[in-house]
Amino acid sequence: MTGTQAEATTVEEAGKALPPKLFVSISPHFKATETVSKIMWTVVACLIPPLVLSVFVFGFQTLIIALVSVVSCVATEAISNRCLKRPVGTIKDGSAVITGLLLAYIIPPGVPYWMPILGGVMAIYVTKVLMGGIGYNMFNPALIGRAFLVATYPVAMTSAWLPPIRDAAVFKYMGAGVDAVSTATPLYILKHYGIAEVIERFGSLSVIYRDFFFGWRPGCIAETSALVLIIGGLYLIYKKYITWHTPVSVIASVAFFTWIFGGEKFFTGNPLLAVLSGGVIIGAFFMATDYVTSPTQVTGKLIFGAGIGALTVLIRLKGGYPEGVCYAILLMNPLTPALDRWFKPKRFAPQPEEGA
Amino acid sequence: MSAETLSTFPMGGIHPKESKELTEKLTAEVVPTPSQIRLFLKQHVGAPCKPQVKKKDKVTEGDVVASVEKLGANLHSGVSGTVKGVVNALHPMVGNARALVIATDPEANPKTYSPVDWTKFSREELIAKIKDAGVVGLGGAGFPAGFKLDVRPDVKIDTLILNGAECEPYLTSDHRVMLEHPKDIIEGAKIMLKILGIDYCAIGIENNKPDAIQILNRAIAEDTLRNGYKIVVKPLKVRYPQGSADQIMQAVTGRARPSGVRSSVIGIILQNVYTTKAVYDAVALGKPLYERIVTITGKGIKRPANVMVKVGTSIAEIVDYLGGTTPDLAKVIVGGPMMGFAVSTLDIPITKTTSGVLFLTKDEIDTEPHLPCVSCGFCVDVCPMGLEPNNVSRYVEAGRGADTEEFGVDDCFLCGSCAYVCPAKRPLVQFMTMAKNSIRESKKK
Repeated sequence: MTGTQAEATTVEEAGKALPPKLFVSISPHFKATETVSKIMWTVVACLIPPLVLSVFVFGFQTLIIALVSVVSCVATEAISNRCLKRPVGTIKDGSAVITGLLLAYIIPPGVPYWMPILGGVMAIYVTKVLMGGIGYNMFNPALIGRAFLVATYPVAMTSAWLPPIRDAAVFKYMGAGVDAVSTATPLYILKHYGIAEVIERFGSLSVIYRDFFFGWRPGCIAETSALVLIIGGLYLIYKKYITWHTPVSVIASVAFFTWIFGGEKFFTGNPLLAVLSGGVIIGAFFMATDYVTSPTQVTGKLIFGAGIGALTVLIRLKGGYPEGVCYAILLMNPLTPALDRWFKPKRFAPQPEEGA
Repeated sequence: MSAETLSTFPMGGIHPKESKELTEKLTAEVVPTPSQIRLFLKQHVGAPCKPQVKKKDKVTEGDVVASVEKLGANLHSGVSGTVKGVVNALHPMVGNARALVIATDPEANPKTYSPVDWTKFSREELIAKIKDAGVVGLGGAGFPAGFKLDVRPDVKIDTLILNGAECEPYLTSDHRVMLEHPKDIIEGAKIMLKILGIDYCAIGIENNKPDAIQILNRAIAEDTLRNGYKIVVKPLKVRYPQGSADQIMQAVTGRARPSGVRSSVIGIILQNVYTTKAVYDAVALGKPLYERIVTITGKGIKRPANVMVKVGTSIAEIVDYLGGTTPDLAKVIVGGPMMGFAVSTLDIPITKTTSGVLFLTKDEIDTEPHLPCVSCGFCVDVCPMGLEPNNVSRYVEAGRGADTEEFGVDDCFLCGSCAYVCPAKRPLVQFMTMAKNSIRESKKK
């Protein structure tokens, strides 16, 4: 150092004024504000309105079912991560809460409270944690939870439906077991007795459309109102957290195949009733769009959604269960890696072929 | 003009907060000559320079102090003084690197240059002058400009593009050059057009610099000695990484450079606007490239500014001149926030390709641990090259970096758009770099 003395001193002083350490990392050095947990909690927020509505339709029973399911999922994640010596803080990312809510939304609200607890353990511990935690599960956790319950307790899982309450008896079904009150869902009636019986029980088609759209029918929480679910889903699309491709393709595919095969003769099915009943709307917006278990590219998303729709209709019409969305999504989930492999993004300007 | 849709590159891209208001209105101020300069012997693409001076030699401003025979660029002293020898100094990108130290003679007068009529020079003379002056690409790549312009006769070039996109947030040095030296840039463009033997030059500037667009348009209009050259300004939509070679070539001409070939294959020569000004200095003034405008910016510095400094000046001396750093300074980045290099100390010399130094405070930096990939696909949506950073990162995590060639990772130029949008805060640029390295290593075997 042979600068003038004065300069050398000032440089040294500038050095001393520095904080003890500077952070060093690879670029980029600033990032967008979106985080996984912000996205997950936004999804949770979009799932709350259907729950609130369901309290008006079925009473506080649905709220308790949802709470039990969420607590079960979050606790399962915390305890299993603890035992596996993984960070327990992952419960804050909100994904276990989503699983808990979705599980509660797709099981009959009249089931005993230990069922969502069991379903939550199956969803979180077996489907997610054992596969490596968030990002590594092949199947949608909530759907595996439901599938497990349906396979293990088929009676409760297919009959513990509640009719909407007629007076303000919000405490009516609380603690009610399987046997207390149960009724049949529109899809069950449709499958076993046909469209005439549905109209007989629920009123004319226009009344059915209205009730299904705004939420007044026997079913699970997710079946109460198509409208609030669609609003939540549209908000996620508006926030660019999900794209329209998967939901639109699922719904269009269900409508299309129901129209062709759903009636007495070809092309006489009722697509609107098919889309509004069961889990089509929640499946399309909130389950088939799960990042981890669905494709990332547009073509892949469209095929994924179309496959779900086709399988749903197949199960509804020819399978043993009245509803097929759950299994349709579970059957398409493992195709995700293949779809991502087959349908890749368009490259900027790939290398020209040899000899071209 | 306003009704016309602005052109931009076709796919991907992001729009991060620009933060250019800190310095875009500030005229470049000359920092007092530093007590010493340290010139890295390799500040360009190519072979490192060999020192042409010995310890205790006296040099004056503008003297060649190191040179290279093959692809590379001469180094010149920006100060008059005494050679102190070759030392190891901390380089922002490669760690330690060899640098020539020259102590300044505080008594020496600054050298002055006056322009000559460059039109009398032949193509070969012009190229020689640019090579002698050590001009390299000042946008960051540092490719020797003389070599780039020395196109083989069988390669057909029809367009010269000047890159004035300056898409990196915070940086304003190119912006200032366009505002302060518009005529030099137009002359520099004409010099390069003459070398290339073509007549069309387009200057691509992002629309967030309307003053630069206006001033260059005026400079073109006022230029009466056009010699049949057609120079136009192309305003571009603000979008990162527009200033990247493939993206700006596509935005300006609509031509996409196929993966793995030179841009001259699609008939384009691309130069940064600041390089163009350096070409003018080299040819018309005979002034070598030994000083440049550097944007010193961010909340972590007391007084953000655009400064004209000698190549080799320590960042610490510039910081000192600007009144020091703020107490909450947490990260110093040589270059812009998207592609710059974080450094651990301020005792780092400015190079020919240093366009800015960014000082970030504690609340502006990201120190959160990253999560596993949740396959949201955001990174794929923003990748300007149509790659899959999500899948590449998972391959690398699984120890299969060498198998990622099918994803086209060689196309990745580390713009960082993927890591910018990643909600799991994954260091995707690092994963891409690791994938590139794995592929290279596996090919060696």
